[in-house]
Amino acid sequence: MAHIEFKDASAVVIIGSGAGGGTLAHELTRRGIKVVLLEAGKRQSLESFSQVPGEAFGQLTWLDPRTESGDWGGPRHSPSLPVWHSKTVGGTTVHWTASCPRLQPWELRAKTTYGDIRGASLVDWPISYEELEKYYEIAERRLGVTRRNGVPGLPASNNFKVMYAGAKKLGYKQVHTGHMAINPRPFDGRGFCIQQGFCVQGCKMGAKWSTLYTEIPRAEATGNLDLRIEATATRIEHGADGRVNAVVYRDSGGREQRQSARLVSVAGNAIETARLLLLSSSSKFPHGLANSNDQVGRNYCHHITGFVWGIFDQPVFSWRGATLAGVIEDEVVNEPRRGFAGGYRIELLALDLPTFASVGLSHGWGKDFASIIENYRNMAGMFINGEDLPRSDNRITLNSSVKDAYGLPVANVHVDEHPNDRRMRKHAQGQMARIYDAVGAKRVIQGPVPPATHNMCSARMSADPRDGVANRWGQTHDIKNLFISDGSALSTPGAANPTLTIVALALRQAEYISQQMKVRKI
Amino acid sequence: MDELVTLNRRELLKTTTGLLTGLVVAGSPLARLARGRAWAVDLTALTTSEGTTLMAMARTICPHDKLEDAAYALVVKAIDRDARKERDTQKIIKDGIASLGAGFAESSENDRVEALKEREASAFFQTMRQKTVEVLYATPMAYAYFGYEGEAFSKGGYLLRGFNDLRWLPEVPLEDSGPMPVNA
Repeated sequence: MAHIEFKDASAVVIIGSGAGGGTLAHELTRRGIKVVLLEAGKRQSLESFSQVPGEAFGQLTWLDPRTESGDWGGPRHSPSLPVWHSKTVGGTTVHWTASCPRLQPWELRAKTTYGDIRGASLVDWPISYEELEKYYEIAERRLGVTRRNGVPGLPASNNFKVMYAGAKKLGYKQVHTGHMAINPRPFDGRGFCIQQGFCVQGCKMGAKWSTLYTEIPRAEATGNLDLRIEATATRIEHGADGRVNAVVYRDSGGREQRQSARLVSVAGNAIETARLLLLSSSSKFPHGLANSNDQVGRNYCHHITGFVWGIFDQPVFSWRGATLAGVIEDEVVNEPRRGFAGGYRIELLALDLPTFASVGLSHGWGKDFASIIENYRNMAGMFINGEDLPRSDNRITLNSSVKDAYGLPVANVHVDEHPNDRRMRKHAQGQMARIYDAVGAKRVIQGPVPPATHNMCSARMSADPRDGVANRWGQTHDIKNLFISDGSALSTPGAANPTLTIVALALRQAEYISQQMKVRKI
Repeated sequence: MDELVTLNRRELLKTTTGLLTGLVVAGSPLARLARGRAWAVDLTALTTSEGTTLMAMARTICPHDKLEDAAYALVVKAIDRDARKERDTQKIIKDGIASLGAGFAESSENDRVEALKEREASAFFQTMRQKTVEVLYATPMAYAYFGYEGEAFSKGGYLLRGFNDLRWLPEVPLEDSGPMPVNA
């Protein structure tokens, strides 16, 4: 591993080591570029992943304080945890469930496809599907995605058999075990899936792709990476020319450090990425970096989600098997006759017993609550993953009345659901209930909306600088050596779980950055 | 399993303020580790009577009639630990227990439900509800009771241990499923 001096102004500094930051670090270092990778969390390993759900949650989750506002909190019941993502080397690729659908061509033209919708701030992506496709292909090969490039699907679990039988009775056609970045057989130095059902706690087989044990060690092997763990970025600095030139962070001992930089990439997950840009205000940029159009933190999206559980006469043992290995894709269409714009996926889902009781059910108690849990063995589960509409006022802001460990304002996450969001969720819940009813469910339970795991669009790419924060390369409109490299940069969320798209964009961005550096444009 | 060991390897602490005890249920996860036939939980902030009230409250919040007392005792132990660490929590809990009155633990389930309904919005009830759900279903006794098998890595996953053993619905055709990675 490289040791890069604090004053070395030739280094690229990447903040965050997840799908975006970890991939970008590997792509730049293998092209000979020196990278300092700052990660706020600790480094775990296949051996150190806890398999006690409560402990694993504490080991991997970003638990620093945040606040929330807006009507979105109502159905969610988790005010202290509006979003659920990771703080660990590898970021949220350690805890993700590895579903890898692509965005559809029409989803990249959301504004054109859906038209003007009141109360929404839709844009078209500044990239066409044809441009993105090549990078989707590279990403799918690298991650070893199932049902692509000759990689077989994962075998069907009990939980999926229930979903499949019900979906087929309803006439759904596109139902399978998903495009998963989970090895059905050993591949690329990673193990194969032994159906543990502990995807979220960190896969001890390494069957699931994570930058923790792929991109990051490979970047280290180039000799060009200086990974600094427990390093929390607090500020990005710039020079008189308006270009960024350093990142200030707190090290593991809480000491302030300052790393000079030729270029800075922000990839701290959509909440922290926006917060860091806002925290970096200066006399030249009084509203924060890359925020001359007041777009940083706005248009925050998080997908329409929600659990649906079916109780049956006979056992399902839903916890046995890859957590999310099953999908129905027929509803990923824009069909206004359903009463809303955009599409949704129905995805398989199971939760371990303690997590099911505390997150999977609306916060009830007493006989009815207990009777649902009494049926845990006979229960099947599914999850909605639908496109939510961007809204200008759904945004990340700084909340100065609550401070983090370093005395800095925490992020406030404000979301008021668009009526379109509610109509979509209702439609999805109805279809999911029909799926379980079709195979003889004794009871169907609509679970709550869990903390958001897909955080997107808070520093989005836009053709017009007035509509977003970054251009078609994730390069900020205002500062040409400042890049957005995580889900924040997505222009709109579509109905696809975001990781594959984040990786594809990072691969594409790395080509652009290295080429621009070579010709000294950055 | 550390929690279970503490239920059955009791050393009276100088700090003990109360005590909950019960009998080990034959065949339960506790029985496999137990030294004797009884279990005990030392309380370090709450009295025996307060602990008994909280046990009855935990059972009313998550009523699983056949789930053994030792699981609910672990909920009380967790609350007691919080009450010892945080003064605010201690006050909320002690005041809440006092408001339920001395007869709560012995009253009928209907009466207990009514008493808790009246307090549903209180910090006391919310604290207890959250802690009960969080701790109860993470105990080995609850795993065994609900048939939840837990982590599987140490046993080779569920690949050869029933992840696809459901037979009351048709099998998924291979094109929508995938091959087994090893011969089952």
